[in-house]
Amino acid sequence: MFRGIKFVPADTKIDFVSQRVVAWFVSAFLTVVPLVLVATIGLNMGIDFQGGTLIEVKTKESPAQLAEIRGKISGLGLGEVQIQEFGAPDEVLIRIASQPTEEEQQTSIAKVKEALGDTVEYRRTEIVGPTISSELIAGGTLAVVVAMIGIMIYVWFRFEWQFAVAAVASLVHDVTATIGLYAVMQLEFNVSSIAAILTIIGYSLNDKVVIFDRIRENLRKYKRMPLVELLDRSINEMLSRAILTHVTTLLAMMPFLFFGGEAIYGFAVAMCFGIIVGAYSSIFVASPMQLILGVQREAFSGSPSSAKGKAEKGKAEAEARA
Amino acid sequence: MLHFQRWKVILVGIIVLLGFVFAAPNLFPSSALQGLPSWFPHKQVNLGLDLQGGAHLLYRMDEKELVDDWLGTIRGDVRESLRSNRIGYIDLNKNTASRAVSVRIRKPEDVERAFTELKKIAVPVGADVFGGFSGNDIDVTRSGDKITLTATEVGLNERISSAIQASIETIRRRVDAFGTTEPSIQREGRDRILVQVPGVSDVQRLKGLIGETGKLEFKLVDPSANAAEVAISKKVPPGTELLYSEDEPPIPYVLKDRVLVSGENLVDSQPGFDGRTGEPVVNFRFDAAGAKRFGRATQDNVGLPFAIVLDNKVISAPVIREPILGGSGQISGNFTVQEANDLSVLLRSGALPAKLSVIEERTVGASLGADSIDSGQKAAIAGMLLVIGFMFAAYGLFGVFANIALLVNVALIFAVLSLMGATLTLPGIAGIVLVIGIAVDANVLINERIREEMRSGKSPIAAVDSGYSRALITIIDSNVTTLIAVLVLFWLGSGPIRGFAVTLTIGVLASMFTAVTVTRMLVAGWLRWKRPKELPL
Repeated sequence: MFRGIKFVPADTKIDFVSQRVVAWFVSAFLTVVPLVLVATIGLNMGIDFQGGTLIEVKTKESPAQLAEIRGKISGLGLGEVQIQEFGAPDEVLIRIASQPTEEEQQTSIAKVKEALGDTVEYRRTEIVGPTISSELIAGGTLAVVVAMIGIMIYVWFRFEWQFAVAAVASLVHDVTATIGLYAVMQLEFNVSSIAAILTIIGYSLNDKVVIFDRIRENLRKYKRMPLVELLDRSINEMLSRAILTHVTTLLAMMPFLFFGGEAIYGFAVAMCFGIIVGAYSSIFVASPMQLILGVQREAFSGSPSSAKGKAEKGKAEAEARA
Repeated sequence: MLHFQRWKVILVGIIVLLGFVFAAPNLFPSSALQGLPSWFPHKQVNLGLDLQGGAHLLYRMDEKELVDDWLGTIRGDVRESLRSNRIGYIDLNKNTASRAVSVRIRKPEDVERAFTELKKIAVPVGADVFGGFSGNDIDVTRSGDKITLTATEVGLNERISSAIQASIETIRRRVDAFGTTEPSIQREGRDRILVQVPGVSDVQRLKGLIGETGKLEFKLVDPSANAAEVAISKKVPPGTELLYSEDEPPIPYVLKDRVLVSGENLVDSQPGFDGRTGEPVVNFRFDAAGAKRFGRATQDNVGLPFAIVLDNKVISAPVIREPILGGSGQISGNFTVQEANDLSVLLRSGALPAKLSVIEERTVGASLGADSIDSGQKAAIAGMLLVIGFMFAAYGLFGVFANIALLVNVALIFAVLSLMGATLTLPGIAGIVLVIGIAVDANVLINERIREEMRSGKSPIAAVDSGYSRALITIIDSNVTTLIAVLVLFWLGSGPIRGFAVTLTIGVLASMFTAVTVTRMLVAGWLRWKRPKELPL
């Protein structure tokens, strides 16, 4: 019978943690460079966070005459206007900078519709006033921070504080790296980007917890093994799982890159990138950090958390008997 | 862990079956559903505004206007109270910035009496279920001969709440007249109203209808003033005001301040056509009090023009040919049929208590929505097929078990979404795909664990048994952390993002059920049936 292909050999012995000096450099690069990029090129802030008006139109002729549209709109006195092709040659995205008041924001859209008339089909309009955009920035930042704190508390409760710190540090790494991607690719940064970041946080953490779980198990099992060796062993044992899971999630997500439509494209790019960065940081950030933070073995031998483990095992056995 | 009690197997079977049954309606177009027998579930997943097209409009109430109106009322109350008690006063002022009305009492001996009387204007508000109340709507204070009435925070909140409630009712009547299906109108935060109307195409008209205050007034035109001159000199005679029509160019009118009858006295308004000219008009009817007042006013002013004013704009200014005593009338103003129709809706629905302005607007055309469904569907199906193929390649038969669980998982997500009446958005579709990844992860964890246990020399049954029980702890830990992030997303997000969080939450919970229970039963059943010497894993 077909047993499935073993994509990853069962007994890999790769020295992940021993290579940590290299990894520190890469991780530092992935954390610091995005911040520099955001400061220099900046993020392509969408209207969610900047306020403004966005109009997506489909022209009757293909390809769209961008210059003609620009000509019609630039004379309206609406300040900065961006006009670009969006997804297909006959689809155009018009972005108008935030207007001083909410009323002017409303009239800006009416003016554009008057100027373009019936030559185009209006597929989408979005107007975000200055009140909402500042609220969305505050809300988005708060959400990321609250998610991190919630996660830290859970990991601390289920493992030890060292694991919680390592998890959050590597999540910060994932988040900055992802923001860096937004800066490099100049993807629009908006509310769905925050959703993408939170999802990456959730997914990446999931991966870290799986490895932590194995580290915890091995700490109980190999009481005398040097920590470096133990960490490498844990990662290697989970390597097959990690690769298979990340490949399947990527496979599931990838079609959205190619035919998910423009609306979801940025989200899909960020997710795919986040899956890879998260996989990297589980192995090269979260695990080696245990060395720096100095995981206490005693914490897992006689302490309540081990008792809890036993209790769970006991419960599982009871269920098995049932 | 491989022996299941019969009732457990039956229960899981029923859940899975129900999942498929309740997910099934989503496979049919809604037109085909009508033809199916009534016992068949008909509930489909609601499509979000981004998928079916529609308008999302967030309004904010003009708090300043509301406060101003209220202070005006308080000032009127103060005046009336002092007059009826024959107390002399000076400097009756309202100050919107400090939310207060102040007055000075002429005679020192009257101050105490005035203070007692004015305190009666304040009423307790915010009574809660326990019978206590949080305070008065107005604070009355005194210093020397000056009495100040300040609007309190509770009072203001109460005002805003009731104004928002009234606005919601008004907006509902207006949107209903638009004839769209299932609009949602709800309060957001302190002073906001979110209006979501699916499937609407003419958003401009919708906004016009919702945002108009709709304050209707009948006033007399001042026959002694020359409107054109007043418009140039801006010297408006006392007791009158200068208003314009909506014509191009606007025509100025000098109107007397006194309101003959207002929209509050209107009981009905309907679009119609003028009997003689055939042009579109709005027919209206007053209540008894309004009819009486209007009758008397027209009787006294035959031959003079009066103006019909909507939101401080003159719609028309006809000359009164004869007294209008029946309490019904007609507004004509060069309307198109649609304008007459919208105006009648506006008048019928009543005025908004304060001005509303749009602070966020998102509209999606029906064609873009259809395109999004199409591309979302394509991508999701492609993603799922790739995952199913890969799982089979990686685990063979055990991959098939995982894939069956995956299908059950997707069916459960759709079943729960349909039953909850939740909304599927484009990010929600991406969420389902992500759940596929997460659900598969649980099975990957289990299968890898079983392989490990096999390598340590365990028998097939023992390997499967400890594979499941050991992986379970990891699965729970990892899914709980995902749920934490997702719950934050739900709390933060609105619209499409919230849809994403909902699908992800349902999906993660369903995946724990399918990956752990469904596959375990499948594997256990297979083990008992085949009794293999070794696992094909």
